[in-house]
Amino acid sequence: MKIASKVYTFLVFLFLYAPILVMILFSFNSSSSTSVFSGFSLDWYKALLEDEATLRSLYNTIILAVCSSVISTVLGTAAAVGIDKFKKGPVRSGVMAVTNIPMTNPEIVTGISMMLLFVFVGKLVSDDAVLGFGTMLIAHVTFNLPYVILNVLPKLRQTDRNLAEAAQDLGCKPVTAFFKVVLPSIMPGIITGMIMAFTLSLDDFIISYFTSGPGFQTLPIAIFSMTKKRVKPDMYALSALIFVSILVLLILYNIAQSKSEEKTKKK
Amino acid sequence: MSSRSSLKSKLVASPYIVWSVLFIVAPLIFVVYYSFTDASGAFTFDNITALSKYAPTFLRSIWFGIVATIICLIIAFPLAYIISQKTEKVQRTMVMLVMLPMWMSFLIRTYSWMALLQDTGIINSLLGKIGIDPIHMINTEGAVILGMVYNFLPYMIMPIYSVMAKLDYSMIEACQDLGGNRLTVVRRCIIPMSMPGIVSGITMVFVPSVSTFYISQKLGGGSFDLIGDVIERQFQQSYNYNLGASLSLVLMVLILISMAVMNRFTGDDEEGMVI
Repeated sequence: MKIASKVYTFLVFLFLYAPILVMILFSFNSSSSTSVFSGFSLDWYKALLEDEATLRSLYNTIILAVCSSVISTVLGTAAAVGIDKFKKGPVRSGVMAVTNIPMTNPEIVTGISMMLLFVFVGKLVSDDAVLGFGTMLIAHVTFNLPYVILNVLPKLRQTDRNLAEAAQDLGCKPVTAFFKVVLPSIMPGIITGMIMAFTLSLDDFIISYFTSGPGFQTLPIAIFSMTKKRVKPDMYALSALIFVSILVLLILYNIAQSKSEEKTKKK
Repeated sequence: MSSRSSLKSKLVASPYIVWSVLFIVAPLIFVVYYSFTDASGAFTFDNITALSKYAPTFLRSIWFGIVATIICLIIAFPLAYIISQKTEKVQRTMVMLVMLPMWMSFLIRTYSWMALLQDTGIINSLLGKIGIDPIHMINTEGAVILGMVYNFLPYMIMPIYSVMAKLDYSMIEACQDLGGNRLTVVRRCIIPMSMPGIVSGITMVFVPSVSTFYISQKLGGGSFDLIGDVIERQFQQSYNYNLGASLSLVLMVLILISMAVMNRFTGDDEEGMVI
């Protein structure tokens, strides 16, 4: 049984990682083929450094992810604080139902629905194409918001309401009480929400695809237009670099977490 | 707290409420509006009647979605159980390994499956080395479903695992003590207790599988059009927004119905994340 479960685990992980291993292997290929390995070289990594369009789209992706995750974290945290004060009833369930829409709707429907709105309003206000950084930012903030709200709400419910009142009784203004008492206790939820928003935004293709214009390309969109013809291995090289950096970040995070757990155990 | 300050703190939600009306509710109204108008903006049912032509595509999408979801469930359930049996440290590493591929662009990963599955691709050349004739895999139904299973498998593993990790082990032991053999324990005890995870896993795999539009183009070679592919073409190639909107409207209604059916199995409306 033990051996069977080990073999099974190995096979599932092999399945999950097979295409990634292929990608890393062929990023070192000396020819431009993505199916025949002809020898080791670092040519594609060099090519990547000179590929301005790809680096530009990487830069765009990061800018968009930073902006959209910051905006959605601020807006979403405020929303959660307000919603937490709503009494149970039709208003609260209505707001929560709307909040769930971007998470349950297929991404393609979210994408085209926003595209229709932007195109329709765009026709009314100007003759130029409206799709670009602005519309993508709106779209990304919109699909990030539910993740922030749903991470912060449970933390607010766990927070002792008397604490904020006690702070006010001791002479704090409500705003100060919020920043000094409530905010620190919901911080873990805010940070998780923000990290989720950031990674979702980095990775998003489908919604971006429908709300972007030719002027502002993110990495997933650049990859998509490339896969229509042929992917050059320098894209593999970039993906391999991204993979390794995420792996390193996750390992560091894991080490930090187990260290802090050991500390709390010792106490 | 006085009612005034409570009103004030409710007001901090107002920017979000305005935002969600503008960018969640209004876009959906536009989908309905475009579905029932023609290019000039006049009311029409033409887009809806034109849909009958796409019935086979809808059926194929649903069929592929169901098959991919079932395969994901069959693969994920034992793995989630195996992970939940490990020590906490190993669990954390394995969960990290399950999530890691999701951070890579799914476009690149799907593209790299093409290199694996081609007739002269990596799998076939490995098979050739041990003397097996090449198998035709790319551009088949199986390849499209493989692509779906591959891309959405972590969405099935994660919710099932997170429920299993919190299972009460005295219940399982009680089941064993009462004479249940291994199969009975799984069927009568572990499966019912992990139902919330299974249900959310099923929705998290089924919804993106039904509506996907890239996987079938790459791994199916264009011969297995799914509903997502048809919608994408209306918006990015033939610019028939009205037909595209009506296709999306039907897709959305289909998914709402299947979600409602699934929710009857759990029946809770916790406000929070599953993972």
